[in-house]
Amino acid sequence: MGAAITTRDLGPVLHRPRRRRFNHLPYALITPASLAMFGILAFPLGMLVWLSLQHYGLRELIAHQGTWVGLDNFRVTIADPLFQQVVVRSLLFTVANVALTIIFSTLIALLMLKVSRPVRTILMGGLIFVWATPVIVAIDIWQWMFDYEFGVINYLLTQLHVGNFIHHNWFDDPLQGFIVITVVTVWGAIPFVTITLFAALLQVPDDVLEAASIDGARPWQIFWNVTAPILKPIFLIVTSLSTIWDFGIFNQVYVLLNQRPSSDYFVMAVYSYRESFGVTQYGLGAAIAVVMVLILIVVTFFYVRQTLQTAEIT
Amino acid sequence: MIAPGTAHQGVRLGRVSAEARAGYRISFRGRTGRLLADAAGLAVFALMAFPIYWMIATAFKPGRDILSLTPKWFPAPFTLQNFEDAIARPFFLDDVKNSVLIVGGTVLLSLALAFLAAVAVARFGFRGRTAFIILIIGVQMVPLNALIIPLYLMLDGVGQTDTLAGVIAVYLAVVLPFMIWTLRGFVANVPVELEEAAMIDGCTRVEAFMRVVFPLIGPGLVATAIFGFIQAWNEYIIAYVLLASPENQTLTVWLASFTTNHGPEWGPLMAAATLTGLPVVAFFLVLQRWLAGGLTAGAVKG
Repeated sequence: MGAAITTRDLGPVLHRPRRRRFNHLPYALITPASLAMFGILAFPLGMLVWLSLQHYGLRELIAHQGTWVGLDNFRVTIADPLFQQVVVRSLLFTVANVALTIIFSTLIALLMLKVSRPVRTILMGGLIFVWATPVIVAIDIWQWMFDYEFGVINYLLTQLHVGNFIHHNWFDDPLQGFIVITVVTVWGAIPFVTITLFAALLQVPDDVLEAASIDGARPWQIFWNVTAPILKPIFLIVTSLSTIWDFGIFNQVYVLLNQRPSSDYFVMAVYSYRESFGVTQYGLGAAIAVVMVLILIVVTFFYVRQTLQTAEIT
Repeated sequence: MIAPGTAHQGVRLGRVSAEARAGYRISFRGRTGRLLADAAGLAVFALMAFPIYWMIATAFKPGRDILSLTPKWFPAPFTLQNFEDAIARPFFLDDVKNSVLIVGGTVLLSLALAFLAAVAVARFGFRGRTAFIILIIGVQMVPLNALIIPLYLMLDGVGQTDTLAGVIAVYLAVVLPFMIWTLRGFVANVPVELEEAAMIDGCTRVEAFMRVVFPLIGPGLVATAIFGFIQAWNEYIIAYVLLASPENQTLTVWLASFTTNHGPEWGPLMAAATLTGLPVVAFFLVLQRWLAGGLTAGAVKG
């Protein structure tokens, strides 16, 4: 708040005119960005809700005119046993992937504090390479590595006597398929979360850590009682972002399964996409997407509140 | 192991080395501890980087070495054939051009708009500021995948499906919230006195932003530019849905459609994947030293 107050107080001194006049400048500054965000994100969100209350198939698409059906789409969707499976599957997938991402990233970030400088540089370089890898590229790589015939992973697992993985198709069994999807997702998510946490760890005030270690706190006590609480906002951010990304997962499922995933592999976004663009039931697809957004709003409510609070303080 | 003197000096200067932060002196004594940590660090590096190595290695291998039941760890007989095959496939160059145009348009436009909005949020108290912040945070919560249907119908209504402009508009809106939020932290970190000094010296308010604040938030601009670059270059689903004709598609859509009826040709596919990943990595490596601090400097600020 300090900066804002200073500017505002000095405003009249710096600007010649004495009279307090309405300041148009901040509005001029935010207008272009607001228009873009509102037009491309907020308006379609409203349109999504509106669509979910319509029957909107191929004929309606051509006529640009849907038929109002009230909450029918939601009734149909929620009563659909496949949909219920999809919700549970998406939630389980999200919990597993977010947990794995945060745990591995925290461990790697802490490890990065302990290694010697050259190793830290190498590790950081590797993370950045992975981070920069486009998700479609990553999916293609892992698809190749998990290939049933010539994939290096089947070879390694067989050599390491984990079992006989020769000609093992990972996607025959959806549970194993989701293990592959989890590997691809977590591998891709680790760099951003790790680098964010590492940078945040470097910003923990030194004197606090010194004091704790002088007082004889064990390293894990320092982490749990000093570092973790200070990093809480950052943990909140990365956890929420991971939740949003993992709950809305699409590419990893859709492209990994060659754009033809069976219903055993449907997660929220894939199911919504299928209903809309696969069987041209845009109204039903929109209803699924609305449910997806509602679930996310509930899940990320605390993050939004927290962020708003910090925004007010600054 | 850090010498006591160094640590003491570190405290006096308000700078504790990374080792001290980790409680290194307590947890690991002597060389063994450091070696263990380094070994673990290298193991993590190997696990994370192996897929990328495998992509590049495969890309340089001749076909018979790719389709071999015992993997060849190094591309020993070395070939560029896979790259030639990949580039020779239809629409590769068109799609490279499209990706470059989309990324360039998105990054430049979003940087300009985000900077203006960040200045407004960081420097002014105005009616509607909170509403604007709610808009920023709110739209970040919306998963893009949920908006594909209305975006498609909306752009279809104004004849902007299958055009680069439509895709740029979507990407612009997607990257803006994060960019504004990050740049806001950087702008807030520039002392107001600097602008005031410039204004006393005769700059107008806007000139002060452009000549004083803008150059000082360089790291923030770089960090957000990288963010925008990666988002736009890597995005798949929006481009896949909006861009119908092959000559209008982006590189990621081209890449995802690589599989033929006979299954993927792994060699050319890995070569194409390498080519798609290359620009991002290059962009990143050039600018990365700005990045680690950059991303969180804005975030930690709150």
